[in-house]
Amino acid sequence: MRISVMYFASLREQMGRDSDQLDLEEGVTMAEIWQKVSDQCPQENLLCSRNKEYAQWDDTAVDGDEIAFFPPVTGG
Amino acid sequence: MKVEIRPEAYDPWVEIGAYQAALPAGSYGASAVFVGTMRDFNEGDDVESMLLEHYPGMTEQQLEELAQNSLKYHGLIDVMVLHRVGEVRPNDPIVVVAAWSAHRKAAFDACREMMENLKSVATFWKKEQLKEGVRWVEKNTAG
Repeated sequence: MRISVMYFASLREQMGRDSDQLDLEEGVTMAEIWQKVSDQCPQENLLCSRNKEYAQWDDTAVDGDEIAFFPPVTGG
Repeated sequence: MKVEIRPEAYDPWVEIGAYQAALPAGSYGASAVFVGTMRDFNEGDDVESMLLEHYPGMTEQQLEELAQNSLKYHGLIDVMVLHRVGEVRPNDPIVVVAAWSAHRKAAFDACREMMENLKSVATFWKKEQLKEGVRWVEKNTAG
């Protein structure tokens, strides 16, 4: 399956890019996607979303999903 | 209901006045408003400007949802939520949350609740420009 992965704010700067396109096996979790794109960096203090809604780290992705990783929000 | 993310500076009082003027006359007895404005200091440092980033599509959806929920839960007559993105400078308004209701309790409660929900959930991030360089704001203040 093919998914897109986006990065925001300080995480985008740390990653050195704003997105990735990945080909992965079905049923992969948010935590596994993060491990893959970050080269095993800890996910501590990060949040994730799936198709523009907050996701849990053990949620699974399906083909065509838009996944995002980002630091705690600081709006308002 | 009016929910918008603004890339340009705006006058919150003009926005609130114009929106309220269009509500049916006599329909509301209470208006509660919160305006968040950029400070020129944070954590002991002078801040010259700030860059506000959001997640296009997701953030708008979150603001719509929190405004809609508040409208229903508190039985409001109307609500407005505006939030800046892009480069902001000290004294620029960042956020406006307004609630109109028949009586004061619903308007006060809804205004506070929407603001707290926005701070804890909505996907915005702030990057501060200091004299000495830049830094990302890591967390919001408690209140």
